[in-house]
Amino acid sequence: MRTPLRPLTRRGLLRGALGSAALLATAGATAGCGTEGAQQTEAGCVSEDLSGAERKLTFSNWPQYLDVDESDASKRPSLDGFVASTGIQVTYTEDINDNNEFFGKVQNQLAACQGIGRDVIVLTDWMSARMIRLGWIQKLDPARIPNVAANLLPSLLDRSFDPQNRISIPWQSGLAGLAYHGGVTREIRTVDELLTRPDLKGRVTALAEMRDTIGLLLQSNGHDPANFTPAQFDDALAKLKRAVDSGQIRRFTGNDYAPELAKGDIAACLGWSGDIIQLAAENEKIRFVAPDSGVILYSDNMMVPNKATHRANAEALIDYYYQPAVAAKVAAYVNYICPVRGAQAEMEKIDPKLAANPLIFPDDALLARSKVFMTLDEKQEKEYEGKFQQVIGA
Amino acid sequence: MTARGRHRLLPYLLLLPGVAWLLLFFAVPLLQLAAASLYDPGGSLSTGYAMTWAFGNYPDALRAYWPQFARSFMYAGAALALALLMGYPLAYAIARKAGRWKNLLLVAVVAPMFTSFLVRTLAWKTILSDNGWLVGLLRDVHLLGPDGRLLATPVSVVLGLTYNFLPFLVLPLYASLERLDPRLLEAAGDLYASPAQTFRRVTLPLSRPGLVAGTLLFFIPATGDYINAELLGTPNEYMIGNVIDSAFLVRLDYPQGAALSFLLMAAILAAVFGYLRRADPSQGVL
Repeated sequence: MRTPLRPLTRRGLLRGALGSAALLATAGATAGCGTEGAQQTEAGCVSEDLSGAERKLTFSNWPQYLDVDESDASKRPSLDGFVASTGIQVTYTEDINDNNEFFGKVQNQLAACQGIGRDVIVLTDWMSARMIRLGWIQKLDPARIPNVAANLLPSLLDRSFDPQNRISIPWQSGLAGLAYHGGVTREIRTVDELLTRPDLKGRVTALAEMRDTIGLLLQSNGHDPANFTPAQFDDALAKLKRAVDSGQIRRFTGNDYAPELAKGDIAACLGWSGDIIQLAAENEKIRFVAPDSGVILYSDNMMVPNKATHRANAEALIDYYYQPAVAAKVAAYVNYICPVRGAQAEMEKIDPKLAANPLIFPDDALLARSKVFMTLDEKQEKEYEGKFQQVIGA
Repeated sequence: MTARGRHRLLPYLLLLPGVAWLLLFFAVPLLQLAAASLYDPGGSLSTGYAMTWAFGNYPDALRAYWPQFARSFMYAGAALALALLMGYPLAYAIARKAGRWKNLLLVAVVAPMFTSFLVRTLAWKTILSDNGWLVGLLRDVHLLGPDGRLLATPVSVVLGLTYNFLPFLVLPLYASLERLDPRLLEAAGDLYASPAQTFRRVTLPLSRPGLVAGTLLFFIPATGDYINAELLGTPNEYMIGNVIDSAFLVRLDYPQGAALSFLLMAAILAAVFGYLRRADPSQGVL
């Protein structure tokens, strides 16, 4: 016989609601006491280095940031060379697509002094600086990475977030500067031209990365992005705001300016040298310009996070990639600025045309006006980033 | 336990998996978000955030970002109006006039959803490109000035929203129009109602459940969307979703991001309740 289900009554619902409310209250009590600080120290989060026993390491990098064999896409010649010469097996994953996104992925573990299952990660300067400041990164042993001391490009020595070059080692570097599409506009030489020339109105983009956009504007005002005052920052920001309010700047972008520049939807932009080299290879009318006022030099850095258990293996990897011949192999594939001195000579053997490319091997004059953006402390970062986001609209 | 007792508990047992899921993955995170919105705004990631019941986060957030709030509702509203203009005739045609093409047309409405939201939005960048055929055509007929553009304007953001959420409006509308008894339409004709009168007095009221459901399914995600503004717009078109995104991911201002999220939820809930009160789907005329 079929018994009808008792319908849910108002009282029943109320009971359910009260039960849920009680549960919520407990959850609320736990959430109600705020959060722990994420600050750690390397000493407080030590882990045993198992490198001697385990000849392996896990390496997380950005997509298309390591050489691939032309005939077999599953082979990575430089990495295979490392495995062959050291016997250390490398698990290589391309799982870093965005600094902020990656930070979000690992912040809870690192803040709680837990491992993230990676021995080497590659992150951009400002994110490296933030993680170092939070005490999430292990120092390397200089004795195990002699090639770094010998071959690191002088402009990248002693950066303020890593004064001894032993905690974040550049993987590849790049320049932030100007770019334009010669098919739809005439040449652009200065940042001011980009921000004010009437024929470019609404056909210009700038970078959503505060350090690159503000850095270039600081330089165009004659200030030093490596060492500036809050007033100078405000000047640069006001200049940017004028260009936004007048409609000169169409939008702020990540890498997504590249297809728009290629199509000519935007005539000019602030952009990164690595992207522009690739665009220029397909269309020579697209040009990168390093303005006389200066360019921003940034790097993506290899770092060993806390609780990574194969630090010595990681040091071996870093040292391996600072051999000029190996670095040239990577540079020939990725076309970013090679941070390894001596790689240019090795590149002559691989591809003389690339060896002469100033956006892979910048000359001394260009390096002299390339600046690394000042390291910000947490308070400055929040204040500057907040002001900048207000101007760019988010 | 008696058979009677078991039957009494059955509805709760049936509810259990759903309720557990909701509690764990909706209620608890929501509560944490509510707590975060009241953290001390002076805290930081490295020092942690203290719970200070800082209700001031709400007015502060609203003061700083009310234009983006207003914009979200304006754009979602404009997109909704466009979607209704296109979606109602479309749903009507599929439900009542398509004959054997009905299933094919339904698939055509749903098929774009098989590709990623991002890819679909990026495709619009090509369609609306400054050097694309559409802008060229509009310039030729002088609807756009010689330097006019669609990309990076409010127009493109609204078009993107309309396109991306249209199926959410069309499908419920289709379902209620499809169920409509054709004999009612015949009866209206027999009683000398003109086609326009029949539509206004019979079809429209009977499709109201679908209309209300579709409107909500369209409007709620469209208001919170930030991909369209990010990809098709400029900073001047940024919606509240963009601000929340940057508060959590870029500025790391968790209290403000959480407060903005709650304000958005509250604003949408208020709009929805207001709408449902006016347009109770179970009865009455529009």
